[in-house]
Amino acid sequence: MSPEVTLLVQSLVSGLLIGFVFSLLSVGLTLIFGVMDIVNFAHGEHLMLAMYLTFWMWFLWGIDPLLSLPVVAIALFILGVLTYKVLIKYVLDAPMLAQIFVTFGLMIFLRSLAQVLWSEDYRRIGDTWVSGRIEIAGIFIGLPQLVAAIGAVITTGLLYLFLKKTRTGWALEATAENKEVAGLMGIDAERMFALAWGLGLASVGVAGALLATFNPISPEVGAIFVLVTFVAVALGGFGSVPGAFVAGIIIGVVQVLGGFLWEPRFKTVLVYAIYLGVVFIRPQGLFGQR
Amino acid sequence: MALLELNGLTKQFGGLMANYDVTLRVEEGEIVGLIGPNGAGKTTLFNCITGYYRPTSGSVRFQGKEITGWSPDRVCKTGIARTFQIVRVLKEMTVLENVMVGAFLRHGQTKKARRKALEILESTGLAPRQDQLARNLTIANKKRLELARALATEPRLLFLDEAMAGLNPSETNDAVDMVRKLSQQNVTIVLVEHVMKVIMPLAHRVVVLDSGQLIADDTPERIATNERVIEAYLGEKYRAASRSH
Amino acid sequence: MPALLAAILLLIAFPYLFTQPFLQRTMILVVMWSVLGLAWNFLGGYAGQVSFGHAIFFGLGAYTSTYLFIEYGVSPWLGMIAGAVVAVIVSAIIGWPSFRLAGHYFAIATIAAGEIFAIIFRNWKAVGGAVGIYLPIVRGDKLSNFQFHDSKIGYYYIILAMLGLAALTTYALERNRVGYYLKAIREDPDAARSLGINVTLYKMYAMALSAAFTAIVGAFYAQFVLYISPNTVFALNISIQMALVAILGGTGTLAGPIIGAAILIPMAEYTRVYLGGRAGGLHLVVYGLLIMIISVYQPGGLMAIYNQWRRKETAQKMQQAADAASAAREG
Repeated sequence: MSPEVTLLVQSLVSGLLIGFVFSLLSVGLTLIFGVMDIVNFAHGEHLMLAMYLTFWMWFLWGIDPLLSLPVVAIALFILGVLTYKVLIKYVLDAPMLAQIFVTFGLMIFLRSLAQVLWSEDYRRIGDTWVSGRIEIAGIFIGLPQLVAAIGAVITTGLLYLFLKKTRTGWALEATAENKEVAGLMGIDAERMFALAWGLGLASVGVAGALLATFNPISPEVGAIFVLVTFVAVALGGFGSVPGAFVAGIIIGVVQVLGGFLWEPRFKTVLVYAIYLGVVFIRPQGLFGQR
Repeated sequence: MALLELNGLTKQFGGLMANYDVTLRVEEGEIVGLIGPNGAGKTTLFNCITGYYRPTSGSVRFQGKEITGWSPDRVCKTGIARTFQIVRVLKEMTVLENVMVGAFLRHGQTKKARRKALEILESTGLAPRQDQLARNLTIANKKRLELARALATEPRLLFLDEAMAGLNPSETNDAVDMVRKLSQQNVTIVLVEHVMKVIMPLAHRVVVLDSGQLIADDTPERIATNERVIEAYLGEKYRAASRSH
Repeated sequence: MPALLAAILLLIAFPYLFTQPFLQRTMILVVMWSVLGLAWNFLGGYAGQVSFGHAIFFGLGAYTSTYLFIEYGVSPWLGMIAGAVVAVIVSAIIGWPSFRLAGHYFAIATIAAGEIFAIIFRNWKAVGGAVGIYLPIVRGDKLSNFQFHDSKIGYYYIILAMLGLAALTTYALERNRVGYYLKAIREDPDAARSLGINVTLYKMYAMALSAAFTAIVGAFYAQFVLYISPNTVFALNISIQMALVAILGGTGTLAGPIIGAAILIPMAEYTRVYLGGRAGGLHLVVYGLLIMIISVYQPGGLMAIYNQWRRKETAQKMQQAADAASAAREG
C-alpha cells in the first residue's frame, strides 16, 4: 500500500477502535435518558472517577486494569444506584431546570473534588498486560486500544442482550416506553430507575477501566469525553441503544479522519458541528423517536 | 360572509386520518357546539384552526382572510382565542398576572394592561383571588382563569375545549351563565363538550364529528334525534360492550 | 427599603471604608460577577433558557474592544459598545435556530457553540491566537482611558455603574410587557403562543439583552486585567460560573445573582489566595454541593428560600394578630 493509503487506513482503524469506546459511553448515557428523560451532565466525571479508581488500584497495589475492571464496573454500578437514590429520585417530578442543575452541580462537585484530592497533574498507567502494539499489513494497532475496543463491543453486546432477552431487560424497556403502563403490569418503576443508573454508570466503569490503560488521567478528562458522548447520543437518537452504538463509531471515525484529512486541532469543531447539525436538521437523530 | 369558514380541512398523522374533509361555517354571534365520541378529532380540529397543527390539506378562513397554517400567536392576534382541554394556567404567576399576560396583547403599557385585566377578573368573578398563585386554585377556578386570560386578548371568536369537564353541577351552571353572557357581548363561541345537558340549551347549532368526519350540522333538537349521530355514540357503546364479553 | 438604601450607600462608600488592595480587588470581582449573573439571568432566569455558553459574548466583548483599541486607537468606551453590538448579532445568529431545542438539548448546544468559539480564537493568528493579547498600558488614570494604575477605585465605580444599569434594566423588565411575556414563555410556551406571544422573537430579545450586558463586562475585564486570551475569556469556566452565580442566588430574581456573586466570589478568592495549589478549587466543591442541594429542595435558589421564609413569617404574624384580636374580643 502506498504511504498515503496506509495512513488513511491507519486513521480509519484508530477511529474505529476509539469509536467503540465512545459507543459504550454513549450507551450508558442514552440508557438513563431513555428510561427517565434525564441527561446526566456528570457523565464525564463518572468516567473520570472510574479511570482514577483503576489508576489507584494499579498504583497502590499493582493490580492490572484488566483485573480491576470487574471491580470498577461493580463500584460504578453501586455509585449509579446511590446517585439515583440520594439525588435523582428527588428531581424526577421537578421542572427541567432543576433536573439540569442537579447533575450539573454533581459535575462541578466531582470535578473540583478530584482537583483538590489528586491535583491537576496528569497520571498515566505504565506497563500493563496489554501494553505494546501489533502490526497487521503495515498498520500499527496499539494493543490497549484494540483490547479496549473489543472490551467495549463485548460489554455493549452483553448490555443489548440483557435488554432484549431477559425479563428485567424487558421491564427496563417497558418503563422507558411508558412508565404508567409498565407500573400497571407490576413493574416497579423505582427499581427500574435505579437499575438504569446502575447499568449506565457500570458501562462507564468498564469504559473507564479500559481507557485507563492508554489514556492520561486528570480531573479534566471527563469534560473531554462527555461532549463527544452527548454528540453521539444526539446523533444516535436520545434513548436509542443501537443508535448510540452506531453513532459512537461514526463519531470516532469522523473525529480521527477529520483530524487526519483536515487539521488535528479542528477535529473537535467537527464533532460539535455534527451535534449542531443533528439537532437542527434531524432532531430525533438516526434512530430516535422523540 | 361567515366569521369562520373551514373548507375540506384534512389532517393526517402518518397512517391516521384525524380530520377528513371537514367543511363548516360559523356565523358571527353564534354559539356552536362541537360534539362527537372520544377520538373523533375535535381537539385536532381546534389545533388545526388555532395553528398548533398544520392541516394536511384544506383551508381555514377567518373574516374572509386565509389563515391556514398560521402560527398560534398570529392566529390569536387576528382575533381567535382558545382554552385547552387540560388546563394550562401559568402556575408560578398570580391570577392577576395570568390575565395581564393576555391583556398585554392589545394594551402595551403595564398600567393599561393591569386595568383591563382587573375588569376581566371582575366580570368573571375572580377579582377576590387576584393575588393568589395560579397553581393553588381549584380546577373550576383554574378553568375560569384560563377563560379570563383568553378573554383578555379581546377575541372575536373563542374556542372552548371541554371547559366544563370536571366541574360539579353548580360550577357547571356558573360556567354556562358565563358563556351566555359572553355571547351577548358578541363573542362568537365554539365549544367542545361531552356534557350533553350543557350543549343542548346553550348552543344555537351543533356539529358532530365521528372518526374525523363531519356527520351532522343542525340544531340541537334535530341532532338529538339524528340516526347517524345516535349510531356514532351508541356504536361506541356497542363496540365497548361486545369487547368485554 | 431602608435596608436597600443602606446597602447602596455602603456599596458607594466601600473603597473609602476598605482600602486594602486585596479587598478592593475582590469587591470589584464580586460586582463584576453580579453583573454577569444578572446578564445570564435575562436568558436563563426570565426566559428559562439555560445556557452554558455565555463566555462567547464575554470573549467577543473583550476581543472586539481590545482589537479596535490596538489596531485603530478606538477608545475602549466606544469599543465596549461595539463589542455589545457584535455580541447581539452573534446571539441572534446562534439563537434563532437554537430556540426550538428543548431545555437540555439547548444547554448542550450552547456548550458546543462555546467550545467552537474558543477553538476558533485559539487558532486565529491575527488576534493573537492561543498566546493572547497584552493591552498597552496608558498612564494618567483618567476616566477616558479606561485604565487605572495608581488606585483601582476607578475600576470599582465603573463596574458599580454597570451593576446599577443591569439592576435597573432587570427591574424595568419585571414590570414591563417583555418581562411578563418572558415569564409566560418560561412557564408554558404553548399557552403563551395561544395568547399572541411570538415566543421565538421574545427569546431573541432576552438573548440580545443577555449578550449585550455580558459583552460589556467582557470589555471591562480586558481593561481591568490588561491581558486577554482564548483560555481566559472564552473559557467554559466563565460560562459555568455565570450560571452558578445566578442559580445559587435565585434565577429570575433581581437580588439572586447579586447574592450568588457575593457568596461565591469571596469564597473563590480566599481559597485561591490563602489555600492555593490544590485546595484552590475547594470553593467549587462547596459550590457544587450547594447547587445539588438547592436543585433538590428549592430550585428557585436562595431568594426563593428567603421568600418562602418571609411568606411564612407574614402568615405567622397575621395569625398572631388575628389570635390577639379574637382574644381581645373575648376578654
